Amino acid sequence: MSGAGPAGEALFGLREMELNFGPQHPATHGVMRLKLKVDGERIVDCYPIIGYLHRGTEKLFELHPFFQNVPHTDRLDYVAAATNNLAYVGAVEKLVGLEVPPRARYIRVILAELQRISSHLVWLATHAIDIGAMTPFFYCFREREVILDLFEQYCGARLTLNCMRPGGQPYDLPQGWVDRCGEFVADFPAKVAEYEGLLTENRIWKRRTVGVGVLPPETAIAYGVTGPMLRGSGVAWDLRKAMPYEAYGEVEFDVPVYANGDTYDRYLVRMEEMRQSARIVRQCLERLPGGPIMAKRPRVLKAAAEAEVYHAVEGPKGELGFYIVGDGGPNPYRCHVRPTSFMNLQALPEMARGALISDLVALIGTVDIVLGEIDR
Amino acid sequence: MSETHQSAAELAPWERDPVAPQWREAADDPVARALAERFGEAVASMRSLAGDLTLAVRREALREVCTALKEEHGFDLLVDLCGVDFPKRPERFEVVVHLYSFAANRRVRVKTAVGEEGAVPSLVPVFPAANWPEREAWDMFGIRFEGHPDLTRILLWEGFNGHPLRKDFPVEGIDTGAAIYPEYYDARQGPVAGAGTGWKPKPPAEPEKGDAAEEEEKK
Repeated sequence: MSGAGPAGEALFGLREMELNFGPQHPATHGVMRLKLKVDGERIVDCYPIIGYLHRGTEKLFELHPFFQNVPHTDRLDYVAAATNNLAYVGAVEKLVGLEVPPRARYIRVILAELQRISSHLVWLATHAIDIGAMTPFFYCFREREVILDLFEQYCGARLTLNCMRPGGQPYDLPQGWVDRCGEFVADFPAKVAEYEGLLTENRIWKRRTVGVGVLPPETAIAYGVTGPMLRGSGVAWDLRKAMPYEAYGEVEFDVPVYANGDTYDRYLVRMEEMRQSARIVRQCLERLPGGPIMAKRPRVLKAAAEAEVYHAVEGPKGELGFYIVGDGGPNPYRCHVRPTSFMNLQALPEMARGALISDLVALIGTVDIVLGEIDR
Repeated sequence: MSETHQSAAELAPWERDPVAPQWREAADDPVARALAERFGEAVASMRSLAGDLTLAVRREALREVCTALKEEHGFDLLVDLCGVDFPKRPERFEVVVHLYSFAANRRVRVKTAVGEEGAVPSLVPVFPAANWPEREAWDMFGIRFEGHPDLTRILLWEGFNGHPLRKDFPVEGIDTGAAIYPEYYDARQGPVAGAGTGWKPKPPAEPEKGDAAEEEEKK
């Protein structure tokens, strides 16, 4: 720290200098560039530059029929493919008027909640390793491996799942899957306690996170921040409770809320969310209804002309929505993704102003960005 | 409808043929009614589809309508803002804004139309969250936002020629191998859109021609 205040003497006669953070920086979790204006170690301003991973996904959506677009959604937030599938097929079902059978809705919730746990594990592992705690990384990836194995047994893929279809589910749960999944969610709360044992009361962890990157609730709402970041700022809002979709209206779970709005509180929110997700999966496995997994649906889905819907789900990072416009044809006329991390990242300059450069690494981690979704 | 031995009422909802949601007039919605009273003609239509209230507004009134929605009706979260391209319409672009109210737990969709030459009042003074989505709409469609603090490209690079989500932009992309293919490269403008694909960007409109004359040409 230079010790120079905003109006004080600057180090070496330089008041402010510009510094590039990224695009190739291990803490940016992909390819993102931050143009920083720094006064010594203090960040005066921060200007994110994104788009390095832009693949034109929204243009691709317009080229393919509704069914064939599901794999494109896997590549948005690639650590949470099931959530993307869920949001997309939900929007298509709303557009076309498909009703999903109960068994398929339960399977979807199970997959989405396992995906939330796995996404939070990746977040925790990388967030901790960015700050300097290496051990949680190994612990987190141990459990993530089990989840990826469960996904593999269900649909054959581990990362880009393509595990949902408009109208229902492509496959039923394989033999023994319910037991294996049940074992995992029964053990999982003890695993969360292990991670918390490493970090929650850790003095270094607290020094690096408590009071860092405070985001007041008004600022968070003004910048369109949703998900765990909003709940870490004291706004008790979760789409699963506010507008229940699939089977979320039929299961019990709590929405953790912490009021300080700093990096530590956002950490606590996500840790508790992992426990709640395991709780949701456990209830779904117990109540899993029988019956069909696919609704009656035409071979080619066609949207009505001039139809438009917006459907959003609570993803691991916040509200993930799809806005689809139909023109009577078999392809979406326009399919816009409401990208969660894109909106959350907008609040980064607000959080970074006045912080130290080393805190910036913690701040990028706490936003929980995935560049595949930001750049699309 | 196919003939089945069971009547539709006995079938479970997922066994019936899908029924697409229909547009409904939503003039009796309290929010829509209040806005219609206050803004009159500026709110051109109030409809709802699948439970989502959709307001089509004149673009001059977009910021005032959104301000009223935020301050008087509690729609304080800007969920999303995006563009849609309808090349056959006189004003080809549509800007679609989704707002959410925590208090009422509902969404509202506000739409407005704009042509290539016109500009939409920016929502950044009302919702700071509109900053990046508006830059994206500029980047992808070339929609101008008046009063935006930093209307630059966001996902593509400065100097990119063209707006890729327009319907007339080639799906196979444009040649961006500028340095390798100097014949396609205009040093002042960067890579030339459509080089090698037979696609040419529309030349800028000539000042003496009005909008009406251009429409005639299109027809």
